[in-house]
Amino acid sequence: MWETLTNYNWENIFSLLPGALVFYVLAGLAILFGILVVANPFSRSPINSGLSLLATVLSLAGMSVLLHAYFLAAVQVIVYAGAVLILFIFVLMLSRKEMKMVFTSTRIRYAVGTVIALALACLLLSIVFQMPAAAPVKEAVDGTVPAIGRLLVTEYLVPFEAISVLLLAAIVGVVHLSKPNTKGESK
Amino acid sequence: METFESFLTIGLGHYLTVSVILFCLGVLGLLTRRNLIVVYMSLELMLNAANLALVAFSYFNKSLDGQVVVMLVVTIAAAEVAVGLALIVSLARKKLPVWVNDLNKLKY
Repeated sequence: MWETLTNYNWENIFSLLPGALVFYVLAGLAILFGILVVANPFSRSPINSGLSLLATVLSLAGMSVLLHAYFLAAVQVIVYAGAVLILFIFVLMLSRKEMKMVFTSTRIRYAVGTVIALALACLLLSIVFQMPAAAPVKEAVDGTVPAIGRLLVTEYLVPFEAISVLLLAAIVGVVHLSKPNTKGESK
Repeated sequence: METFESFLTIGLGHYLTVSVILFCLGVLGLLTRRNLIVVYMSLELMLNAANLALVAFSYFNKSLDGQVVVMLVVTIAAAEVAVGLALIVSLARKKLPVWVNDLNKLKY
């Protein structure tokens, strides 16, 4: 017993332990709340799904910090948790009455969906487990604001500009869609 | 001993496993839920899973390209959600239900 304990490389283990612990806690939280987004056993209410999605996104932002993507973690918290989720909750409040309809004939749908999702998971996990292990990273490249900003305006300038056009199109589309109908179209 | 240390050494496979699980949860939600807003949330879950995979690859390849792609994906996701939710709001204004099965016709 004592032999096996002294055989452990304790120094190495203690240096690995905090990072591994944080990773496993964040991964567990992300998966737990991910399950609550799509299949909450306690309630079918979309507002619970939205709040679970918020928790998932926050856990994923924590994992981005573990991967030295600091700017990205901040962006995920600001854009996802701050903007997208608030948008979801606003829309839920605006269309509250329509939420209460009863839905029927979903058993076959659940069966087919579960089979497809499980098959996809098996396929992708088999690929992940066959992959050769990546070399451990000694000196990570930090995803700081200057580094990512420089890449965005040099190497990735064209996609960056295309994204700005896309955002403009989205703004115009949203304004058009959410404008009240003035011509009195019934359909 | 070997297994314990490999359990503690967080590699690319660990992150990709989390990413795959979240992605498949998103697929499950997309296929089984009928509320349009929850379907959108599942889409967001899938995009976030893909983002996690991109960030993990970027970290283990010691390059920032993956993170730049994630920035673009986040922007696209925000635009997509804005348009989708505007559609839902205009449906709600016309007192139409937001269940996916009832929305199978275009205007013409």
